[in-house]
Amino acid sequence: MLSRTADHLYWMARYIERAENMARVLDVTYNMSLVPNAAESEAALWLPALEISGNLEAYERDHEDYTAAKIIHYLALDINNPSSIYRALRSARENAHAVRVAMTTETWENINALWLEFGQFIGQDLAKNGLREFCDWVKARSHLFRGVCFGTMLRDDAFSFVRLGTFIERADNTARLLDVKYHLLLPEQEEVGGAVDYYEWSAVLRSVSAFQAYQKIYSDTIEPWRVAELLVLRRDMPRSLHACFDEITPILDQLSGSRSTECRRMAGELHSKLRFGKMHDIFQHGLHEFLDDFVKSNNKLGAEVHKTFFSIAT
Amino acid sequence: MQKTEINFFDEMQLDVVNSNEFNVREIYLAYQKWLKEIPRDLLDSKRQEAELLFRRVGITFNVYGEQDGVERLIPFDIVPRILAPNEWSHLSRGAIQRVRALNMFLHDIYHKQDIIQAGIVPATVLAHTQYRPEMFGVDVPQQIYAHIAGIDLVRTSESQFYVLEDNLRTPSGVSYMLEDRKMMMRLFPELFRRYSIAPVDHYPQVLLKNLRSVAQTGVNDPIVVVLSPGAHNSAYFEHAFLAQQMGVELVEGTDLFVRNNSVYMRTTQGPQRVDVIYRRIDDDYLDPLVFKADSMLGVPGLLSVYRNGGVTLANAVGTGVADDKSTYIYVPAMIKFYLGEEPILENVPTYELSKTEDLAYTLAHLDELVVKEVQGSGGYGMLVGPAASKQELEEFRLRVVSKPSNYIAQPTLALSTCPTLVEAGIAPRHVDLRPFVLSGKTVTLVPGALCRVAMKEGSLVVNSSQGGGTKDTWVLQDQLEETPTEIPDISCLVETRVEEAAVC
Repeated sequence: MLSRTADHLYWMARYIERAENMARVLDVTYNMSLVPNAAESEAALWLPALEISGNLEAYERDHEDYTAAKIIHYLALDINNPSSIYRALRSARENAHAVRVAMTTETWENINALWLEFGQFIGQDLAKNGLREFCDWVKARSHLFRGVCFGTMLRDDAFSFVRLGTFIERADNTARLLDVKYHLLLPEQEEVGGAVDYYEWSAVLRSVSAFQAYQKIYSDTIEPWRVAELLVLRRDMPRSLHACFDEITPILDQLSGSRSTECRRMAGELHSKLRFGKMHDIFQHGLHEFLDDFVKSNNKLGAEVHKTFFSIAT
Repeated sequence: MQKTEINFFDEMQLDVVNSNEFNVREIYLAYQKWLKEIPRDLLDSKRQEAELLFRRVGITFNVYGEQDGVERLIPFDIVPRILAPNEWSHLSRGAIQRVRALNMFLHDIYHKQDIIQAGIVPATVLAHTQYRPEMFGVDVPQQIYAHIAGIDLVRTSESQFYVLEDNLRTPSGVSYMLEDRKMMMRLFPELFRRYSIAPVDHYPQVLLKNLRSVAQTGVNDPIVVVLSPGAHNSAYFEHAFLAQQMGVELVEGTDLFVRNNSVYMRTTQGPQRVDVIYRRIDDDYLDPLVFKADSMLGVPGLLSVYRNGGVTLANAVGTGVADDKSTYIYVPAMIKFYLGEEPILENVPTYELSKTEDLAYTLAHLDELVVKEVQGSGGYGMLVGPAASKQELEEFRLRVVSKPSNYIAQPTLALSTCPTLVEAGIAPRHVDLRPFVLSGKTVTLVPGALCRVAMKEGSLVVNSSQGGGTKDTWVLQDQLEETPTEIPDISCLVETRVEEAAVC
């Protein structure tokens, strides 16, 4: 398929996934804000939402304080914030528009309808009213997007690039989320287990739809190391790093065909760490270091995918 | 705006003013009966539904020079234009005849130039900006230049049709013919049971077959692509639509490159050769090495490969010389010269303002005439005398006088009207018709057309850039012909059309 088409499809999927993850972060943070004494201050509660998306510095350039209202607007609807949900969905739609031929009519109409519906939220004060509905809507549209791709697209390279975009983006988001939360919760490696921690961790789990899974697998109190295990190493947990690479590696094998591409090797290497790694060892070396490394490697993988498939030298 | 006092032919009613069921034209009888049964608010809700669906599908167009109008819907009217079998057969034979002659003219003008030698077309045509000397002596497959031609037709009476212009460069609008039909079938399935309407959906298949038939000899399984300027072009929807319907890649200039006298596209698996390019980019932007050097839309080196027979372009480079308004006047003569036939369709009488007497007449009758720029299109740069204000007339007079050869003038035609759903209800609005003639190994057209309608009362300008809308065009099948219950077999359809073409 055309390199440009592949590029657009890949980014369309990444942007949809990005919007969904941002909505998840906003949703759980908002829930936390309803728990009494969940955080020392409004700022302390909402700052992580900026950190997870890597937006803190950009936010600080334009804003003086950290109120819920400002942060919610910044992350959800701000036209000038390149990582806002508004911008992510707009970019997804632009990418789709540029290659509407490469997807099924239903997929295109789904994304076009998403963008048309989004109009209802523009100009709303979500912090005051309707944030939950907004987040639910974004998540539902993202589910719908994956569903329509899965249910209607031919299983060819176009489909593979859509899936690749989804999982590379998702792996990045899960790793960042866990890193920020872990970092914050264990500032001095102290014992945890209080009530607030319980809510914090359950919020983390909920943000990746893993709360029920946790209960089912461990049927025990929420322990940070188990949360980490669930989100890093459990392959049956659909938003875990391992699960993402269970998708990414075979896609890259298939797209590379008989070629032994560098991105294929990189994915394999990362995949092995997740398949054969032990949580104990990861903690020994430091979870933060592990996650930081992972995010960097995953980014490099993205760049390599770009080099291999999207910018063909003549 | 002053009212003209011409009586317009209406497609449905023989007498629009004293309308009653006795003066409905026969082909509209069933429709009119149905229309009477339908409550007005249902029609309105159907229209809204159509708008919603078009918006969701993203059938939009971009208007140049409008800040907020990045993506706009073209107004769609839910009242169809209906053509009887004999009317269509007349029009299609005429359009095929015309396109055959125009293709022969293009071949001739870039080779021996017999028609100039014979004194039928003046040699000044060679000095025309749309004449491409680069094409002189270049042989194109099947000697076809205008693979896709849109012939604009207007009607002034029961039996009188005129060709308004030939569009031989990158005519657009066929996606509306197809989407309008799809919409009508969705909104009013019951009407399709009452009428036996010839299907049009196979157009993309016929187009693909035609495009494959003009690949260079020796290419076994030709790869066809659609070349678009990109998502910001006004007709992007159509480019994407046709590529998708044909199952071929939609490419932009940067997706293609030239190497070893071939054109390749950049794919995730490496370069892939391209054999036929259905390009929707004007000549000027095709190749920055030959034409506009600052064009970012084209492919450097494309023309050199094309001239050496490494790739086919559809339409060919240089077709503009044949659809220009100053060449238009010679088309009836071309038909006689190349085909030895009488023209089936008539031209509109045209004054060439480069001629002194024509100029004098035009300036004296400016308020009665339509004056057009020779190279204008899209309804830009044109004067409709009877509808123009004194000031507009004076401004245009100055422009004409300063460069008369830039303009032609025609009598203001009493374009037929067709019932159209507007705010006030069903009212007559002026329409035209653009069937698409496809030329390859065979010359054919599917039984349908883009019907454009001027949504403004009294307006004669149907262009979408000027607020025009579209209608579905129904070509009725003969009573003898039953509606086919199976999917029409395209190959045999093409064959029959060829016979039809051969007969005329």
